Amino acid sequence: MQIFTCPFCGPREETEFHFAAEAGKHRPEPAEEVSDADWADYLYLNDAPKGAAREVWVHATCGEFFVMTRDTVTREITDVTALPGRDG
Amino acid sequence: MTRYSAFSLLREGLRSHRGWRPAWRKARPKPAYDAIIIGGGGHGLATAYYLAKNHGMSRVAVLERGWIGGGNTGRNTTAVRSNYFYPESVALYDLALRLYEGLSQELNYNVMLSQRGMLIAAHTPAQMEICARIANAMRLNGVDGELMGAEEALRRIPLLNQTADARYKCMGGIWQGRAGVARHDAVAWGYARGASDRGVDIIENCAVERLLIEGGRITGVETSLGTIRADRVGVAAAGATPGIVAEAGVRLPIHTYALQAFVSEPVKPCLDTVLLYLGTGTYVSQSDKGEMVFGGGLDRVPTHAQKGNLPAQEVVISGLLEMFPAFGQLKLLRQWAGVVDVVPDSSPVIGPVGPEGLFINCGWGTGGFKAIPAGGWLLAHLMAKGQHHEISRPFDLDRFARGRLIDEAAGAGISH
Repeated sequence: MQIFTCPFCGPREETEFHFAAEAGKHRPEPAEEVSDADWADYLYLNDAPKGAAREVWVHATCGEFFVMTRDTVTREITDVTALPGRDG
Repeated sequence: MTRYSAFSLLREGLRSHRGWRPAWRKARPKPAYDAIIIGGGGHGLATAYYLAKNHGMSRVAVLERGWIGGGNTGRNTTAVRSNYFYPESVALYDLALRLYEGLSQELNYNVMLSQRGMLIAAHTPAQMEICARIANAMRLNGVDGELMGAEEALRRIPLLNQTADARYKCMGGIWQGRAGVARHDAVAWGYARGASDRGVDIIENCAVERLLIEGGRITGVETSLGTIRADRVGVAAAGATPGIVAEAGVRLPIHTYALQAFVSEPVKPCLDTVLLYLGTGTYVSQSDKGEMVFGGGLDRVPTHAQKGNLPAQEVVISGLLEMFPAFGQLKLLRQWAGVVDVVPDSSPVIGPVGPEGLFINCGWGTGGFKAIPAGGWLLAHLMAKGQHHEISRPFDLDRFARGRLIDEAAGAGISH
């Protein structure tokens, strides 16, 4: 069992958390000008990085989303940050 | 190549087995090939075999960073089946199953295919209705599938939990009689032997460092053993595929997760089908040696490490014990994990990507082993002809922009 740290609730068991998406994706706007390819890119395409990764996770227990920086091979977590506009 | 037969076994038996030769050549890379395949798992080796056999291409190299069949081909639970829902999927997976049915003869290598049948077990009237729908879809798509009732299911699998306090009682489910298991290592080794015999170079311990691209087309690969040129490159590297094609500016709809599997100590025969329980998500079969081979859902943390985590183990093992309380006495022999490439619609991605001459066969997620012969057949077709086989066309990467997803999340039977 790995311990993840929620920026709001502190250290909790990994089963309380859910992976949401890779960080840094921005929804393309305005919708009427977005091509099918750009929309598919936003919706589906990933980097699936081996090693350093920045990801958006949700702490299912408190419902807050946050950014977790971790290594996808060693599982080491180097940083958790609240999303902009939210203070931990 | 020595042909394997009862006679060759007898002859070698009479001379203390001194005459056996390695089944495939250990090759060193040549400077150039007509085609390079990255990934020496089942899909990559099958691609090489069919390139040589179906398309007469023998100047082909298979590059494997470790040892052949050491990735997901050696880490799965060996089930083969084609009980999917959509016509596109059934065409794909049943091509694989039909090729599996003739594979031992085709390769002169015993892949120990055992078509012992598979039950996807349901527990509620609503689940039984979905099962009926899938079984009917299978029949409409021309493969064998039937709705099995509880009585027949319990006759076939008498050890199933039938106690009054069972959390998930078996009401029956979908039965596919042609499904079963095959020896996973033998599939890799058989294809390697067949490909090597037709002139394909199988190069192990050769990591691809980057793709070489000039003027919008692929010209070769840079590897740990030097530069190798080819104007056609196929990638069949499961979870490593996104990292390899990133060089070419290609992004894929893939997340990589660890999928774990387990074997128990061997016991006498007590389970002669493959069983998937919808309630627990655990699937199990008994190997020829008597071990219970089982697995379940994905670990929930994206990873590239070939090791699993404890919460997923607890879910899978407790699921097995709910299904078969008697197995609580078994000891676990081994547990391991592979890195699987999961796509949002649970269907593979096959087709050309990025620069001219680059092709991929990935995204099989948790179900790549059953598809090995088809994956190889279709990637070989793509690489030889430069265009899709009609069966692989719907699985092109362009389906995401076209909105033509083939959502097999339910048909695949596993929650991923």
